[in-house]
Amino acid sequence: MTRVNTKINRILHGTIALGSLAVTTISDIPVAKAAEVVNLYSYRQPFLIKPFLDVFTKKTGIKVNVVFAKKGMLQRLKAEGRNTPADAVLTVDISRLSALANAELLQPIKSKVLEKNIPAQYRHPDGIWFGLTTRARIVYAHKTRVKPGEVASYEDLAKPHMKGRICTRSGKHAYNLSLLASIIAAKGEKAATDWARGVKANLARRPQGNDRAQVKAIKEGVCDVSLGNTYYMGAMATNEKKPVQKTWAAAVNVVFPGQNERGTHVNISGAAVTEHAKNKANAIKLLEFLSENFAQKMYAEQNFEYPVKAGVEWHPLVASWGKFKADTINLNEISKYRATAAKIMDRVDFDG
Amino acid sequence: MNVSQAAATIGQSTRVGLRPLIDGWTISSILVAALVAIPIVTVIGLAFSPEENIWPHLASTVLPRYVTTTLALMVGVGIGTLFIGVGTAWIVTTCSFPGRKIFEWALLLPLAIPAYVIAFLYTDILEFAGPIQGALRELFGWVTPKDYWFPEIRSLGGAIIMMTLVLYPYVYMLARAAFLEQSLGVLEVSRTLGRGPWHAFFDVALPLARPAIVIGVSLVMMETLNDFGTVDFFAVGTLTLGVFDVWMNMNNVGGAAQIAVLMLVFVLLLIGAERFARRKQRFHHTTTRHKNLPRREVRGWFKFGAFLSCMLPLLMGFLFPVALLINGALGHFEDALGSGFLATAGNSLMLSGLAAVCALAVGVLLAYGLRLRGGNFLNAITRFASLGYAIPGAVLAIGVIIPMAWLDNSIDAIVRQEFGVSTGLILSGTIFALVFGYVVRFLALSVGAIEQSLGRITHNIDGAARTLGASPSKILMKVHLPIIRGSMLTAAILVFVDGMKELPMTVIMRPFNFETLATQVHQFAAAEQFGQAAPPALAIVATGILPVILLSLAITHSRKHLGGEGAE
Repeated sequence: MTRVNTKINRILHGTIALGSLAVTTISDIPVAKAAEVVNLYSYRQPFLIKPFLDVFTKKTGIKVNVVFAKKGMLQRLKAEGRNTPADAVLTVDISRLSALANAELLQPIKSKVLEKNIPAQYRHPDGIWFGLTTRARIVYAHKTRVKPGEVASYEDLAKPHMKGRICTRSGKHAYNLSLLASIIAAKGEKAATDWARGVKANLARRPQGNDRAQVKAIKEGVCDVSLGNTYYMGAMATNEKKPVQKTWAAAVNVVFPGQNERGTHVNISGAAVTEHAKNKANAIKLLEFLSENFAQKMYAEQNFEYPVKAGVEWHPLVASWGKFKADTINLNEISKYRATAAKIMDRVDFDG
Repeated sequence: MNVSQAAATIGQSTRVGLRPLIDGWTISSILVAALVAIPIVTVIGLAFSPEENIWPHLASTVLPRYVTTTLALMVGVGIGTLFIGVGTAWIVTTCSFPGRKIFEWALLLPLAIPAYVIAFLYTDILEFAGPIQGALRELFGWVTPKDYWFPEIRSLGGAIIMMTLVLYPYVYMLARAAFLEQSLGVLEVSRTLGRGPWHAFFDVALPLARPAIVIGVSLVMMETLNDFGTVDFFAVGTLTLGVFDVWMNMNNVGGAAQIAVLMLVFVLLLIGAERFARRKQRFHHTTTRHKNLPRREVRGWFKFGAFLSCMLPLLMGFLFPVALLINGALGHFEDALGSGFLATAGNSLMLSGLAAVCALAVGVLLAYGLRLRGGNFLNAITRFASLGYAIPGAVLAIGVIIPMAWLDNSIDAIVRQEFGVSTGLILSGTIFALVFGYVVRFLALSVGAIEQSLGRITHNIDGAARTLGASPSKILMKVHLPIIRGSMLTAAILVFVDGMKELPMTVIMRPFNFETLATQVHQFAAAEQFGQAAPPALAIVATGILPVILLSLAITHSRKHLGGEGAE
């Protein structure tokens, strides 16, 4: 028996040792205690945001800690409640910002700098979230197979002359849902359903892959046009690591739909301060930094997006696509139709 | 009445008469199982408070497609892994042919490759722009995809093949261990009774190995069910995609939990049906006279067939994908190795290692608790706690985050009230929370491996040891653990290798500035920087290889061990 006891003791000690190992590891992790920090929950990949976060730290001495995740951030924030370590959230797509806002996980910020730098259209009326860059949802059209003017609006994509000529990623992807939501906002649910059904009928293949894969499919002859965000064009045209992508980019023209109507659908990447931020002042400093010329240019250029601040120079490649008329509807309005858009995609069995 | 029978009778009577109604071991088993079950209960709890009733919409639109696709995927992968896993296990155990010794361990290697990685690699090769279709076009003068037909990799069939290729090792491993533990005796009997080798396989070996094979196939099916990466990439509309659609796009986490619970019901029905089908069968080794199965020297076409049957899964599930990965990683090692690669790999190793140790301890506790007393309650709660494996990782993560944050916040509230200071979050967002999450997610692996191994040891041994005055803990330490140590290693390694590949829980629950190899792969792959994604993916595979080889040696060794001791 004693031998068994010794063994059990040994196991117990082992467990405790493991436990204390875990605890020491925990204490190694930076929390809000350190001198000057801001803790960030980010929907954007670390390598995209690291360069200008480093500059921020250099300038202000405030260290930025990051958790990067796309799913479950909202639930984590909610569960952590008032003890959450997160001070600020960095996201893409308006729907995520408004989901956080609706769950009352964000707090309104009053900042002269932010109000001056960011046009009203791209921030919440009460300062609950702020857009930092914009991207347009455009049509990529094959240079020769698509005649000029054949696709001038989103509505053209649902017309019979496009039968079997369209490629797109899943109808359930955030970008397509926001586009559909903007159509609901502009024309109502019925018209939006007809549009989705029309586009579905014109698809060359079942929705799959990402925006870039659709341009590739155009180059290969699978289809003639596709839906995609603007920045993919930049990413493909300058891809030194996979030069083949330059040929994909070279096969298509950038078409901004709706120039004669409400304009091209635009979405944002944005930021917000959490309801229970412990380092609120630092979080505001970070947001302000991101809205100023230096970060605006760097943030936008890095991913070929458009800076929200007026007067900030565009990347030459982005500028080469020309100025365009953007849909001016407030993004908050669009995010309200998001769930409806998802259901419409189900009803027309867009991905089926 | 011989000794072992007598011991069994005594064991029986002690079980009924002398033991207290409830003992420490049972209590700890129930407590631990309950702890692990909390996240699953939380997910079910979420299902009771949906933001809106999603079913009328789903039922009238995409639900039928989700359900049929999910079933087809599960059945397809189940059958595929059953054939490859059992077939190769039988061949390497009973046939003698060139390369057999290498195949014994090499057939396990695909286990180290994440399904989403192999899916991506094959797509690159097999899609329109890939080298294969390119060569065909060149050869036949085709130009556009409309000129010819080629199987579409991004499809249900493609998903079945991809998952089968990396999941069959679960079945192979458990089937092989079961075949190895079978004594020649039973097969000899069947042969002397006039049955041919095929009958020996179908009528004797297969039924004896059935519990192990079933555990393997059900693990495969659960993993198929929880997969998001592959079905998302292939745009195959399964229930799991539906879970995320309802959760993220319709902002209805409760509705998403309802679909996840529906999937659990699927799994329960499946397991229940199998258990019902074999309700009265129990197989134990009754003799200590173990004699290894003889290997048949196969000749001619059979030799070639045996070789090919083992070579194909290995080639397609491991060698080829790894070659592609290495090719993709060329030129990117410098960027990858520079940016804290060692720290990242260290994080992966630490998390997976801790999870393996903890899951093993919990697995032994529960499996032995079941053996000691069984009991419907402990049995039910253990099965329930093992269901984490069938829930999509991101959903399960929410099930872990909510109760853990609740605990943290409650402690904080009490301390604030009593002492006026805030403790903040003690457990949430720490390594501890992640390890707990891993254990919840992978418990089925360790319990399954240990239970099926314990189950093959006859209860007569326990009875005999009890009559000699040993306590249950002593029997476990002195008798059972030495016999099942091969299976324990199996359990630990399975959890370790799956931990290295784990993505969704890690992403959501991790601490600040914390990366693992899997999150690195994900980060770069999500941004379509596949070159940068290749080195960490390769590192996951490389780290998985060594344990996998150890695993195979352990399985082989367990047989020698069993045979050796019997002979002494």
